[in-house]
Amino acid sequence: MSAPNSSYDPVEVTPLHADEVERMRDEALAAIAAAVTLDDLAQVRIDHVGDRSPIALANREIGALPPQARKEAGQRVGQARGAINQALAAQSAEVEAAAEEQALVTEAVDVTLPWDVAPVGARHPVTTLSEHIADVFVSMGWEIAEGPEVEAEWLNFDALNLGPDHPARTMQDTFWVTPEKAAMVLRTHTSPVQARTMLTRKPPIYIACPGRVFRTDELDATHSPVFHQVEGLAIDEGLSMAHLKGTLDHFAQAIYGDGMTTRFRPSYFPFTEPSAEMDLLCYVCHNEPDAVADCRTCKGEGWVEWGGCGVVNPRVLIACGVDPERYSGFAFGIGIDRTITSRYDIADLRDLFDGDIRFTEPFGVEL
Amino acid sequence: MKVPVTWLREYVDLPEDLSTVDLAGRLTEFDLKLEEIASSGISGPLVVGRVLSLVKEEQKNGKTINWCRVDVGAHNDASVPDAPGDDVPSRGIICGAHNFVEGDLVVVSLPGTVLPALAHVIPGGEISARKTYGHVSDGMICSSAELDLPGDASGIIVLEPGSAEPGDDAIALLGLGEEVLDLEVNPDRAYALSLRGVARDAAIATGAPFHDPADLEAVTVATDGPGAYRVEVQDPTACPVFAALTVTGIDPTRTTPAWLAQRIELAGMRSISLAVDVTNYVMLELGFPIHGYDRSLLKGPLVVRRATPGEQLTTLDGTTRTLTESDTLVTDDRGPVGLGGIMGGEEVEMTPSTTDVVVEAAVWSAPMIARTARTQKLSSEAAKRNERGVDPTLPARAVRRVADLLVEHGGGTLEDGLTLIGEAPVLPDVTLHADLPARVTGVDIDTVAAVEALEANGCEVAVDHTWLTVTPPPWRPDLTDPYDIVEEVLRVVGYDQVPSVLPTAPAGRGLTTSQKLRRRVGNVLAGEGLVEVKTFPFAGEADWDRMGLPADDVRRRQVMLENPLSAEDPGMTTTLLSGLLRSLVLNIGRGHSHVHITETGRVFLPQAGEAEAPIYGVDRRPSDDELAALSAALPDQPFHVGVVMSGERVRSGWAGKGRPVQWADAIAIVRHLAAVLHVDLEVRQAQQAPWHPGRCAAFVLDGAVIGHAGELHPRVLKAYGLPARVVAAEVDLDAMIEASPQIGPRPDFSTFPVAKEDLALVVDLTVAAGDLEAALAGSGPLVESARLFDAYVGEQVPEGKKSLAFALRLRAPDRTLTDDDIKAAREAAVAAAHEATGATLRH
Repeated sequence: MSAPNSSYDPVEVTPLHADEVERMRDEALAAIAAAVTLDDLAQVRIDHVGDRSPIALANREIGALPPQARKEAGQRVGQARGAINQALAAQSAEVEAAAEEQALVTEAVDVTLPWDVAPVGARHPVTTLSEHIADVFVSMGWEIAEGPEVEAEWLNFDALNLGPDHPARTMQDTFWVTPEKAAMVLRTHTSPVQARTMLTRKPPIYIACPGRVFRTDELDATHSPVFHQVEGLAIDEGLSMAHLKGTLDHFAQAIYGDGMTTRFRPSYFPFTEPSAEMDLLCYVCHNEPDAVADCRTCKGEGWVEWGGCGVVNPRVLIACGVDPERYSGFAFGIGIDRTITSRYDIADLRDLFDGDIRFTEPFGVEL
Repeated sequence: MKVPVTWLREYVDLPEDLSTVDLAGRLTEFDLKLEEIASSGISGPLVVGRVLSLVKEEQKNGKTINWCRVDVGAHNDASVPDAPGDDVPSRGIICGAHNFVEGDLVVVSLPGTVLPALAHVIPGGEISARKTYGHVSDGMICSSAELDLPGDASGIIVLEPGSAEPGDDAIALLGLGEEVLDLEVNPDRAYALSLRGVARDAAIATGAPFHDPADLEAVTVATDGPGAYRVEVQDPTACPVFAALTVTGIDPTRTTPAWLAQRIELAGMRSISLAVDVTNYVMLELGFPIHGYDRSLLKGPLVVRRATPGEQLTTLDGTTRTLTESDTLVTDDRGPVGLGGIMGGEEVEMTPSTTDVVVEAAVWSAPMIARTARTQKLSSEAAKRNERGVDPTLPARAVRRVADLLVEHGGGTLEDGLTLIGEAPVLPDVTLHADLPARVTGVDIDTVAAVEALEANGCEVAVDHTWLTVTPPPWRPDLTDPYDIVEEVLRVVGYDQVPSVLPTAPAGRGLTTSQKLRRRVGNVLAGEGLVEVKTFPFAGEADWDRMGLPADDVRRRQVMLENPLSAEDPGMTTTLLSGLLRSLVLNIGRGHSHVHITETGRVFLPQAGEAEAPIYGVDRRPSDDELAALSAALPDQPFHVGVVMSGERVRSGWAGKGRPVQWADAIAIVRHLAAVLHVDLEVRQAQQAPWHPGRCAAFVLDGAVIGHAGELHPRVLKAYGLPARVVAAEVDLDAMIEASPQIGPRPDFSTFPVAKEDLALVVDLTVAAGDLEAALAGSGPLVESARLFDAYVGEQVPEGKKSLAFALRLRAPDRTLTDDDIKAAREAAVAAAHEATGATLRH
């Protein structure tokens, strides 16, 4: 603080002269207007607003004025300071906005740069298709049953009307567990799960059994010793082949979309009688007259082979403790791997099982 | 079953205009599924030619070729003038073979003929006129190989003189235009392993008249006449009917007529000699296997009996077989001369020089044939038919049919006397309710329709009110049950008649807990960046050795297979790592550096002792105890989860250096699974192959170790040829799911302010951080969590020690903590840490 003004002469206080205040204001305003960076503004703030700025120093002199002069000087200085502060605020806002704008421009990035630092997982289509099929049947009130893969011979064969001397046994090229007298096999189908269910639950039974099965086929483009099936079994009063067809038609529509249907051809399985092969309406050409001839999926047939089915042989019911006089049922099975190779046009079945991550990756986590 | 169409048409008057494709379609709808329609593929002008002249011309290369003029009748082409003999209508053809002379009838493929057998030599196998050896060869004289025919391929085909005229179509003459249906015959339709059976079904399917080839004239030779060969059947169960006829004086120079040889070749059998061919022909025609013995080699009467254990027989295929008492033999004075109904013995085999033949046609027990064929691993054409069941009324007619053909084509004499032992077993009637076909199929089938359908199939049907009594025809031993009858009815009515009716299942319970949790685990693993693979569950010693499993490691005990596909994989795997590591090797070999794979599947853990699964009868449900015994015999087959990771867990890239996978990543995945399953899994330091002994965690659940994770042992990686620092995890998923609570923990947290306290503790290097963490976390009710944020070993701490720094979060459920509270909690934590691990506060 400067020394008290001893003269008490207002005219003596030069900084408070009107033209002086005006000059300080104008200098400040010019400096503010000239400030285009945040650094400029900081300097302006020191030079023209801060404690050591001319206007601040002038303000301090006001107290030394005689009371009658204080008001006028105070007003003058106050107005000047107001104008400066206002201008500074406005300029600050503008400069800050420009600086921020500049910063955003500077910080811009190429968002097309890859960000692949975290590995992306995927689930095998055999798993996800099995789950999808399970969901279809669960939605119909069915349940999903499972069983062991190393299975008792009795359950894999005998209980299913495939006695030891049945010629159909040799049709299912079976892996036998050592020693042979152990009477165990790698299950050749998921049908033993059906037998297990009938043996342990009372009808009505409506179950689907997805699972891994085994046959002694050498691995090549179209055969695999390890493959996957889903089988279905319904045991209830009054079930007929018509209910089998209704179930399969619904299944086909749930998996392949509206308008799908199936057809039966006679066939033979020891565990069903009558037995049928089922064909699925070709899901590519739908057997439409103008499309079927050139269809690669069904090779012009209009239908693709889908699996086997039939009415449960009463001999199986008896072996599994179900009264064939009261109950009847139907069963069916389809190949999961073949459904995948045919739907996704995969030429080589081996791709499903050699574990190359590029096979699974495109399928993501859901089919 | 391969069925030449012209042969088939001999027994069924199919409409001329019924195409083979349509016929095959009808048979497919009738359960004789078409595999393919085979034909020779030969087309174009393949004609008969007469060699008018041939001039031998020696070539510079030392070969001699024949420059021939060949008369090909209407196909002669005078516009290609070339000496010699171009004044006579003919064609000039070069031929390199020398087994023919002027005047011979030969087979000529004229330009434009397509011979598939030559497709590998000339484009499309199409013959064209070409300049060779200085002449234009205007066609080719064919050998049997060039026409894909059996026979001597060293020379060209020379036809019997007078058998054809020049210019005749050789495709028809040689049967090369024949179409052959290849039908898949299911095991219940043994009758369709014959022309007779297929023709009958074709007749039913098309409504065309059927002529039964078994409708032969009554056998005129007397039973047990003087020429009847002596036969004794000691086991009529094994052989209910045995018939034999003898033909003598067959001219061994006679060959099989071309048409007959062609038919059996088209049907997929090899033409061998007249006598053998005739027996095969009649088998194909009637579906009844026939065996011929060279009578001059037989010693004494034929006897049918069971083998004595250890008895030996060398069969026609040259295999010496050791027999058991379940095998049935035909013997003579020396011993076995045939495995009844399956294959004859080598010693009495018919040869091309055989003149006297004993023809045998017998009915054998189908299950016994099946058993012998299975145990002897011998599936002959005879066994295939006999094990499924033949028409037992045929033996006398079958031997007569063979004898007649041998007399006709071999010039033999039929000996007077038929041997006929036993009577054809009669098939039991099947009784069913008349509405059963409708009930089972859902098709509106009334009694009239059912009876009609069954009679069309050869059944006799008696209707008694609402019951049908069905007598199956003798060629249908498969029709034993009411449902078999239903199938026969539906086959005629049409499978396409079955309506579509969706059944209503009772309300279900949805997926089981285990199924739901396995799906949850699958999604968590995918979320962890793991790619699911499916590998084969086979493994063997080489896997265990590479994995460095100790000799006594329990995982070396496998469920072994009798017939594995490869010696490398003799049994079922005990760990998912065997498949995952092979898959990792494959992926790295295919150029993927950063591989994160997982598999969820069963492993197979054998029982402690030798387990045998019982075989029960099928006439009733086994008791609960019996079922329990069945299950108890099976190996334990829990679902495991396996994980293998290599390369970078966080990928390097433009944004900076990433992070390689490390032991902790594998453990973290298992911890994550435990968290989502709400399972309290304890992590312990462990030493377990194939992991790095210092970087392996064991997971303990309720006191039992259920898995391991960490970095793999460097020696294991070396054995597999894998890069360094591969990490892996495997846990028993079933055990974790079993322990997963139905309801997860309830949320429990305080809204009062948190107090944070850091503690740096010095412990021995051997102290597990997990133990210290557990001690801190359990040191008092105010401790909300204790999180390790720094681990240090170095100059700042004494030798043999390490510093572990934890951030404690303290909070009370009901108040803001005071300084005194915090101080007390901190001291309690240090004290608990000291008690548990000897930790001291670092200063």
